[in-house]
Amino acid sequence: MYAPRLPRIGTYAAWRETARRLARAEIPTAAVDWGLEGGDASMFDAPLPVNRGDLRVPKSFADLSRSLIPERSGRGLTLAYALLVRLQDTPKLLSNRADPQVAEARDIAKAIHRDLHKMHAFVRFREVPDTEGKRRFTAWFEPTHRIEEPVADFFVNRFGDMDWTIVTPEVTIRYHGRTLTLEAVDSLRPEASDPLEQLWTTYYSNIFNPARLKPDAMRAEMPKKYWRNMPETAAIPALIANARTRMTAMQEAGATAPAPNTARRKEKNANRPMPGLFAPAHLSDLGRDLAACTRCPLHGPATQAVPGEGPADAALMIVGEQPGDQEDVAGRPFVGPAGQMFDRLAAEAKLDRSAAYVTNAVKHFKFTQRGKRRLHQRPDAGEISACRWWLDRELASVDPELVVAMGATALHALTGDGRGLLKRRGGLEQTRDGRPLLVTLHPSYLLRLPDPESRDRAMADVRSDLSRISELLDN
Amino acid sequence: MAKMTLQEKLALLSDAAKYDASCASSGTTKRGSRDGKGLGSTTGSGICHAYAPDGRCISLLKILMTNYCVYDCAYCVNRVSSNVPRARFTVEEVVWLTTEFYRRNYIEGLFLSSGIVKSSDYTMEEMVRIAEKLRESGFRGYIHLKTIPEASAGLIERAGLAADRLSINVELPTDASVKTYAPEKDPVGIRGAMGKVRLTKEDYSERSYTGRRRGKFAPAGQSTQMIVGADPSDDATILGNANRLYGAYGLKRVYYSAFSPIPDASAVLPLVDPPLMREHRLYQADWLLRFYDFGLDEIVTRDAGGMLDLDVDPKLAWALAHRDRFPVDVNRADKETLLRVPGFGTKIVQRILSARRNGALTLEDIRRMGGRVKQASSFVVARGHTPGQMLDAADLRARFVKPRQMELF
Repeated sequence: MYAPRLPRIGTYAAWRETARRLARAEIPTAAVDWGLEGGDASMFDAPLPVNRGDLRVPKSFADLSRSLIPERSGRGLTLAYALLVRLQDTPKLLSNRADPQVAEARDIAKAIHRDLHKMHAFVRFREVPDTEGKRRFTAWFEPTHRIEEPVADFFVNRFGDMDWTIVTPEVTIRYHGRTLTLEAVDSLRPEASDPLEQLWTTYYSNIFNPARLKPDAMRAEMPKKYWRNMPETAAIPALIANARTRMTAMQEAGATAPAPNTARRKEKNANRPMPGLFAPAHLSDLGRDLAACTRCPLHGPATQAVPGEGPADAALMIVGEQPGDQEDVAGRPFVGPAGQMFDRLAAEAKLDRSAAYVTNAVKHFKFTQRGKRRLHQRPDAGEISACRWWLDRELASVDPELVVAMGATALHALTGDGRGLLKRRGGLEQTRDGRPLLVTLHPSYLLRLPDPESRDRAMADVRSDLSRISELLDN
Repeated sequence: MAKMTLQEKLALLSDAAKYDASCASSGTTKRGSRDGKGLGSTTGSGICHAYAPDGRCISLLKILMTNYCVYDCAYCVNRVSSNVPRARFTVEEVVWLTTEFYRRNYIEGLFLSSGIVKSSDYTMEEMVRIAEKLRESGFRGYIHLKTIPEASAGLIERAGLAADRLSINVELPTDASVKTYAPEKDPVGIRGAMGKVRLTKEDYSERSYTGRRRGKFAPAGQSTQMIVGADPSDDATILGNANRLYGAYGLKRVYYSAFSPIPDASAVLPLVDPPLMREHRLYQADWLLRFYDFGLDEIVTRDAGGMLDLDVDPKLAWALAHRDRFPVDVNRADKETLLRVPGFGTKIVQRILSARRNGALTLEDIRRMGGRVKQASSFVVARGHTPGQMLDAADLRARFVKPRQMELF
């Protein structure tokens, strides 16, 4: 029989060292009686076997065993050793949560994590008079398990610029001058307070909504055993007792008359729209009407209609397919990945985008949603023809000398037929209202081409189409 | 009027802030202060430092900078026409309260909202100054800033650089309701601001040509809130709107807030008890949409008038209506199918998938892993278990419905 007794500070390291030696010597679980120094002494305690090198364990066991050792009853020590022994024959043991020992270990680990989490949350520091010009804080806390060692780092990382002490019934954790020390020493709960506790309780009481009283939900997450060390909980009984009365009082009081100075206060609103001094420009008028468009079902899912942009008297009008995910959110055409591709090709073709009126054949983004992702969908003939009404108004208003159709949708909208795009690319056609129309590819088509070779070729095609524009405009 | 004490201001301005449901402090960048040069740290999942008797987590110091407001939103206790006393914190007061509460481990950080004073830009700039001042003083905890929709792009950018999370409330489920109950608010403007936040964040996440990042903009993302039960919108409308918002603006969360009576109420809204169960069901449905690959039309159907079932959770309601898809064999079914079993969450499904490689699982095995077997047993086949007639029983639904408590008379 082996009866190792582990120290209160450095428990995990001592357990690991001892367990490694026992497991290497193939000592069965039943032959080891684990305990802590100062606990029950054992009648039989054989000397530990000599160290015979390392053991291999999966990484997940290192994490799991760390969470088992602090368990208060000592069951965690035994279980961690039992798993270590079994892992030697069954290395994949921990992936099987149906195994009763694995399940029990996971349950204990969960309880330890909860205890750690509750200590992170419920420790309440109180300021104590300083002696060395640095602010000092102290707290008393009663953890369920022996978690003082694993919990300390959280507070070091959080309160790095102050000196603090956390006292538990068994251990004192001290962080002074950026040095952490843990000492196993018995302590009693002090009577203390901090002037900020009154402000904190004020906050706690007022953030509570009496119309939503759910004391069981509160107690499930903040069990009563923690309350005596949390100053704000003193307010709980009165908050619960008066909740229903406060709620009924609000309901019975009913609506009140508006405050007498409402009108005067409203006048202070500097956001109120000023009466228009100038008549809105023609195109922006169109933009306003477009925002309210419900001519096809696409207005439902999209966030907004995206009007064209550019000089109202541009000689060149460029028509794309429809706004994409980013255009829909930004409310501007050609700003997403396809827009960036277009800008790049236009720059290479020495085309000044800002001199052109840029718009889309369809003004709302069409997509299907998968979870949070919105995937582009091509507009159908009905949607294109519903939206042609806007495109025609843009054409009439801007009155460009040359129109460029990028992609099949634009071609369809402008000529009534979008078929055979690749054959028609580079050609000069006519719009329905008789304007010269240059046909080219849509930049998003270039982005979708999988192999670099065909993409380079298509990019060169579009570049050469765009570089013809200035010549076409001059004629 | 006598000058208010800090305690009186705190009482007033936290009371006014409690109608914002969000108190999350999770999902931001990992920070710490072990270098001794600052105060605070952030953890992955956030920490609830206390719970109020309404069962809600208190993680942040949630306050308004001021409850003066020039808007007249019917549902809001701070509307211009309300008779509540008014107060305003100074920048220094908020910084002091936040750090002193933080040092005593009461909070994870600050959630700052505000009524609109003077103009949107003025209000936003004052709020941004508070966040910037906190950061300058070495505060590394969590900051959530409510964003004023009409604020200029430059201020939104500064807000995102100082804060972990930004949020803009859409307030009500439909544009028509916003127009009715919050006449000064503009739903298009609200969405425009959410778009600005999304695009600015994407802009910041791109590396410059030197490969460096320009800084972190709102690392914990953006969220929004909708009030439920103040207007007549049904659940299908609410969830449809939430789904759109998730897709368009990449929101971290949409919060649903059951409309609860306020002191000094407006005449146009009902003073009934808040619909807490409805709010709970909406959150469950929201989860199914985001993490369980359910479609909106599977969760709310027109047969039920576009409303969720209040008696059973939406996943169970779906399973009861699609019994032909069950029983599911826990030892064979794929992940997508297991995720549809009532009583199995994403974690349990992962555990089942990895544990069953070691041999066929029984119901007891699944209970040990943490699955809610009582609910699942009617819908699954496991080693030594078939639901038999249970699945076809006419009263299957009734078995899951808790009997209603008798009302006190």
